Parts: sequence; structure tokens; C-alpha cells
Amino acid sequence: MTSVTMTVNGKSVSGEVEGRTLLVDFLREGQGLTGTHVGCDTSQCGACVVHVDGEPVKACSIFAAEADGAEVTTIEGMANPDGSLGTIQQAFQDHHGLQCGFCTPGMVMSAAALLQENPKPSEAEIRDYLEGNICRCTGYHNIVKAIMAASGQDVSAVAAE
Amino acid sequence: MPKDHGIGASPTRREDVRFLTGRGKYTDDIALHGQTYAVFARSQVANGVIKSIDTSEAEAMPGVLAVFTGEDFVDVGGNPAGWQINSRDGQPMKEPKRPVLAHGKVRHVGDAYAAVIAETEEQARDAAEAIVAEIDEEPAVVDMGKALADGAPLVHDEIGTNQCFDWGWIEDNRAATDEAIKNAPHVTTLELVNNRLVPNAMEPRASTADYDPGTGEYTLYTTSQNPHLTRLLISAFVLGIPENKLKVVAPDVGGGFGSKIYHYGEEALVLAAAKKIGRPVRWTASRSESFLTDAHGRDHVTKIELACEKDGTFIAFRTETMANVGAYLSNFSTATPTFLHGTLMAGNYAVPNVYVNVKAVFTNTAPVDAYRGAGRPEATYSLERVIDMAARELGIDPLEIRRKNFVQPDQFPFTSAAGLEYDTGNYGALVDKLEEMIDRDGFEARRKASEKNGKLRGLGVNTYIEACGIAPSNLVGVLGSRVGLYDAATVRVNATGNIAVMVGAHSHGQGHETAFPQVVADMLGIDENSVEIVHGDTSKIPFGMGTYGSRSLAVCGSAVVRATEKVINKGKKIAAHMLEASEADIEFTDGQFSVAGTDKSVGFGEVALKAYIPHDFPLEDLEPGLEETAFYDPANFTYPAGAYACEVEVDPETGKVTVCSFAAADDFGNVINPMIVEGQVHGGLAQGIGQALIEGTVYDENGQLLSGTYMDYAMPRADDFPMFKVDHSCQTPCTHNPLGVKGCGEAGAIGSPPAIVNGVIDALQRGGIDVTHIDMPLSPGRVWQAINGAQ
Repeated sequence: MTSVTMTVNGKSVSGEVEGRTLLVDFLREGQGLTGTHVGCDTSQCGACVVHVDGEPVKACSIFAAEADGAEVTTIEGMANPDGSLGTIQQAFQDHHGLQCGFCTPGMVMSAAALLQENPKPSEAEIRDYLEGNICRCTGYHNIVKAIMAASGQDVSAVAAE
Repeated sequence: MPKDHGIGASPTRREDVRFLTGRGKYTDDIALHGQTYAVFARSQVANGVIKSIDTSEAEAMPGVLAVFTGEDFVDVGGNPAGWQINSRDGQPMKEPKRPVLAHGKVRHVGDAYAAVIAETEEQARDAAEAIVAEIDEEPAVVDMGKALADGAPLVHDEIGTNQCFDWGWIEDNRAATDEAIKNAPHVTTLELVNNRLVPNAMEPRASTADYDPGTGEYTLYTTSQNPHLTRLLISAFVLGIPENKLKVVAPDVGGGFGSKIYHYGEEALVLAAAKKIGRPVRWTASRSESFLTDAHGRDHVTKIELACEKDGTFIAFRTETMANVGAYLSNFSTATPTFLHGTLMAGNYAVPNVYVNVKAVFTNTAPVDAYRGAGRPEATYSLERVIDMAARELGIDPLEIRRKNFVQPDQFPFTSAAGLEYDTGNYGALVDKLEEMIDRDGFEARRKASEKNGKLRGLGVNTYIEACGIAPSNLVGVLGSRVGLYDAATVRVNATGNIAVMVGAHSHGQGHETAFPQVVADMLGIDENSVEIVHGDTSKIPFGMGTYGSRSLAVCGSAVVRATEKVINKGKKIAAHMLEASEADIEFTDGQFSVAGTDKSVGFGEVALKAYIPHDFPLEDLEPGLEETAFYDPANFTYPAGAYACEVEVDPETGKVTVCSFAAADDFGNVINPMIVEGQVHGGLAQGIGQALIEGTVYDENGQLLSGTYMDYAMPRADDFPMFKVDHSCQTPCTHNPLGVKGCGEAGAIGSPPAIVNGVIDALQRGGIDVTHIDMPLSPGRVWQAINGAQ
């Protein structure tokens, strides 16, 4: 067992982990942060995307020990300080960018990383960026629309209104 | 102006807040004190005789609490098929037992033969790997044609055949259909495959069981679309736990698409294990286990013939289909290729003759059952592909040949040649709307632009009809269903006037928590935010049949309406008492009970409060309380219909198909929440386009699943789609349910595959490449081969 300490959503946390413990398991089982989901076992689906030191990372693809000393942000840390939905979260609600909600945390975390990198992405850039996030419910239409809206773009002309 | 509340408005979804902040509660998120973990040992061969299973090493490993094998469940029941199908000769289908854990034989890769319960998941996994099973591999049957050949290895030795049934629909129409086809001026014949799909809800299946020795009560948290059905199956057929001692909770569920309708052996295992070790037992599937063991979808091989006049007037459809049921009969597996498929084989058309033959076949593969659309996508695909082919052969426009044969608006109610009574529809209006949406006149210019870039552009169209709102119990009972298909709702008005509505339907993405309150609030003239929906817990909700077959609003929503009507009627009694008037004189509008022709009235909230503070009630005439339950059993199916079109570009160098645009005009009857309806259509389209272009389940000849992870099974990604154009303004309300709704969940998945394939064939034909059919998925490799084979 190894001791790890990291900052999760602004709070310092520590725990004892096995060498094989994945970051996602440390967050879910160790910290009770069950918003980060596990949807596959080959690092394809993206339901477990979190930010580690500001970078989007699939939390099933790194060990908890590798995140020792890191700043980790999960979906639970994405709301505004007063508890209201953050800009991206609000856009997902406003534009029906989620249905069952299972892929949603990873989608929001990926979207946040995209907008940091590219504040006004085109539709094609958004679709390309989401290559590592699978959604089975929405057909992506409203996810793409929500991300465009979150970036301040006018989506009123997007089809299917 | 769009409405801002009630029926027809699009309030944002209230459930989103918990999902967007990481506070959803899915089964695997529930941690019980002292919980242990189950891991299954699964067959690595598709067909094998279990000679021995040695669990001694596993049992001695650290943290291991118990090990189970099939031997532990020989005295309990099997997981049953919910629908009995009789063959054409009147014999009932073959129905081999489906045990909790394989016993004697394993029948598909992934078939579980043992399970370990340990303190941690890692310990359970290590121990499961230490189980020594001596399994003699035998030749497997994977291909349906080979499975039906003489001398084929048998999936179930005890039934002596791999054919589950040989079903004819409608058998009495067979001779007339044969005769019509023999004498027809034109017959188009097409052999096609409806490719096998893995549903792939993003949340893998999971089940956690708890047993309380103090009360003898079991609790099962599980990923289910229908917790009461799961409870019934476990209680009545599998473990025999009394229903009143088993609570089944389906909390937040991360998508289902059919795969979570069914009871699976893992649920029974964790219940039995929890009792044995006296602690909670949790199991969560890995994605690899999901691929191997979730019920798959589709997997039909069909020959369809369309007989018609030279002018395109349809005379007859005749199909012969082999439908794969896999190694065991999953709960709805026998209904899906029969009554959910054969009965739709007249499509939207006033064709006089239809005959459908379906042979269901056991193979050494995972069970196959209903997946989004369930039988109706298969029917639609066969029909709409052969119609397109006939139109091309006869030189008729593909939309015109369909228009020519539509059931006309003045013909409803219309009994189709496949035996269903369509209550209402206007298929011509849908095609008109579609043409408005797709700028057909501009197609040629767009095609030329594609051509300049070296691409072939095609336009694909089709229509569809489906039967939803499953289903009238009296009808399905006659047809072999072993369950009723009603649903139920309880409307509980609290003393302070807010409301809890307990529903039998289950929401796993459909937005019931938002849409159902719109109905109740509209009826009661109150704020929809004062209405809360309770679902998914058998200890809280009335006995409902759950969510599948686009039924939640049409069936359970109707129960909500009926229960709310009962609340209004009870409210009138209370208001009459309060206003010292006759009950017959009380009217209810906009949340006010008033005495007709007077200015005397009381509000809904005052009546609610009075119901619980009945100091002066005449108790022999008026009960306290304001809570009503209704069960609703529909009179008929509902019949959503639509017209779909897409434009595709084919790269002749690589065979890659790009979907440039997709338009869907649907008739769902009345619409409660347009935003949710559009979202449902988007999702259905993505699954249908995925089926048409990239998704395919591949077993090798030994029964090994080659497409068993997201690295091998092509799940649609965001860049596989354009923005969709969807429309639901053509509305012919259902005539027999109180909301006039038809259901929208499956439409996109039903209507889109033929449009895509028709579009690709159109692109190739316009490009001078004489390809008339390619089987799905139209992957680059297949399209490239077709192009190069034709040249």
C-alpha cells in the first residue's frame, strides 16, 4: 500500500492505495465522488474524464499513485461557488444535452477542457474533440449545440429547433 | 408562441441538475455498509461440457467468503421466456431451461458457470481466476443456416433441434399470397441481413443485493427498465422469494435501449449470495462482460419478395426470415421476431396480401432480444429496401411509389393485411413535410458539387410505421404473452397541496420526472414544480410493467391521467361538502372548484388541506384523504409513423460514407414536451445510422466474439453525424388514449437504417456503379468491395 495525497476540487485528501488502484477507483470508492463514471475497460468511453493539473485525463487510465500531489477537478467541482450550475453545465441543461446522464460528467469535463484550449470552437472542431467521449442517448446533436452555446455562440439557427 | 408550461411546453429537465453535478445515484454508486463483491467465472468456449469445477483453491484465497457453481441452483427455477409462440403446425416453441449458473454445459462465450464472493472486488477477481473448470469444448453453431442443417451440433441436446419455432403470420393468408406473387406482373426479390447489434447502454449492468435476517426481506438494487417485472420473474419463476419479501430498486439507470428489460442470472446470484453470507453483495459488469452477456439485438436473415403491378401498385409482400435467439431464450426474445415484426410487415401500405414466415434459431452466441425498435426496425428495413429496389427497377420515383400505395387518410381505422388496426395517420402529409425539409430541387446542384470533389452523392428516402404503447393485455394474451401489459400510477396529493405521483414506468433518460408533471399540472391547474415523480422502487410504486416499446407516456401517462381524473372527482365531492352544494353542480377549471352559475368556489389547495383535516366530514359518504390509483390497459397499439430522408456522400476511392444531412418528419400524435421528443429522435437516429454504417457484432466460427470491446465494436462518435433536422408537426392524435399520444422513443432507430442504405445505393447508381444492395453495416471495406466488384 502507498500513501497518496492530492487536492480534489480544492480540498486536500489522502488515502492508502494499492499500486494497481486507478485514479477513478480512488475517487469513487475512496472519496465517494461517484460522479466520475466507469463505462468501459479499454479507456474509450470517456465517462471518467477529470482534470489533473488542468489537463483532461481519463481517470481509468492512470494510477492513483501517479496523481500524488496533483490538483484534480471532478464533475462535483464544476458548479459555481454558490452551488448554481456552471456555464457549461447550464448550457447542457438549457439545450437538453443529456438524457440518461451517465456519460454527462465526462462530456462536461471534456467540454471544459476544449473551451479552455479553444474558446470559440466550430461545430466540426467540437465533434472532432469529442472523439474520446461516447454518448448512446443524444446522437450528440444537443451536446454539440450546448458546447457552442456555452462558448457564447448563437445557436438559434442550429437545425431541429 | 411556444407554451411556457404544461402540455406542449419544453421546460428544461429537472433531473439534469443531479446528473450535471455528479449527484446521480446509479446502482454502482450505492455503497452499503459491509458490502462484498461478486465476480463471475465465465466460459471461454462457445459450446462445452462441464466435466468438473474445482473451487477449492479459490475458496482458500484471501478475502473469499463463498463460491457458487451451477450445482447450487439445480433446485431453483429457470429464467423464463415471457411469450409463448406456436409453430405453424400448432406445436409450442422449444423452451429449454435457462439456469442461474450454467450446469452440465456452457452454451456461449461468457456463459457464467461459477461466482466468487469476496471482501474486495480484486480478491474476488483473483479467486475467480483460480477456479479450475474442466470443460470439454465441442463444435459450436454460430451461423443460423448451419444450425438448422441436419447433423448440426445442438445448443440444447434435450430438445433435439436448434429450431425454437417455425411461425407463420398470417397462416391463413399464405396460399393467397403465394398465388398473388405467382401471377404478378413484377416481382422484386431481395435477400438481406439485419445485422446483430450490442445495445451498449453507457452504464454497464450492475446489481447489489441485501438481505435482512431480522425480517427475511431482500433488497435488490439493479439496472432495470422495469423493476416490478424483474421482481415477478425472480419471485415466481427463479428463486421463489415471496414478492412481499423482495424489494427491487432501479435507481438512476444509465440507458437501457431494451437490454435492461430482462432479468439476468447475476441478479439471482447476488440475492442468493447475500442471504448465504449475511452481507450485501455487489456486482458490476465490466464493459467486456456487457458485450458478452447483455442481450444483443436484431440478427435476422431475410428473403423478401414484393409483387406489384407495372405501375408500382403493391400486390403482395412475402418474407422468409431466420431470427437468431442465441443460446437461451431471453424474456422477450420470442415476441420480438414474431408479433413485433410480422404484424408490421404491411408497412404504411394498403397492400392486400402479406405473409411472413419466421424460424427462430438457437446458436452458441449471447441471447438476442428486443433492442430499440425490437422487430419493427427489421420489418421496416426489409420493406423499405425492397420497395426502393422495385421503384428503381420500374423507373418510378421512390417517394411516388410509396405515396401511391399509402393507406389514405379517409381509410382509417384501417386493418392491415398483417392484421393490425391502424387507428389514425396521414402518411402523405409526412412525405409532403419531408420534401419541404430537404430541398429536393437543390439536390442535383449538391450532387454536382460533390462530384467535383470526387465524391458520389445520393438521396435516400423511406417511410415507416410502428406499433407502440405495448400493449392491450387481452390481445397479447391471445397471442401468447404470459404477462399483461398495462401500467399504473398513484397520484398522492399531500395536505399542503403538493403532489407525489408514483408511476410504474421507469425513466432512464426519457425525462419522465419533467414530462409527467406537465400532464398532472395541466390537468389540475397548478404549478408543475409542485408535482414530484416517484419511480423505480417496488416498495413505493404501484405494480407497473415498466419502460420499453415507446410505451411510457401512451400507457403509464394514460394511467397518470386516469388517476388524476379520480383525484379531481374526489376533490369535487370534498368541494361540494365545503361549499354546501350538490356534487353534480361542482365544476373544476384552472385549479378552482366552483358551483356552476355562482361565484362560490374553493381552490385546489384548500380542498387538499380539507381532505386531511376532515373535522366535519360526513364519514359515511366522504372518506378523508386525496390519493388515487389507476391501472390503464390500452385498447390498441399506437401507430407512430414517419418519412425520413438523408443525403450521403460516398468516397469511391475508400468506400467511406459520410452522412451530409438527415431529415425526419414524424407523427407522434400529440406532444407533451417537444424538447424531449426531439432528443429522443436524435438518439434513435444515431443508433439507426450506427447500425447502417458502422456497428456490427462479429463472432468467429468457433463462437468467439471478435467485436467485444470499444476498440473492435464501432460505437458512433460525435463526428459520425451531421446536425439532424427533425419535425413533429404532422400530428394525427391517437384515438384511444386520453392524451392522444403515440410514443417517440424508438422511431429514429426504426426509420433511419433504410434511408441510409437507400441513399448509398442511390449514390452508387447515380455514379454509374451498378450495385443494388450492400448488407449493413456499410463500412468502408464493404462499400469499397461492392464498388470494385461491380466494375
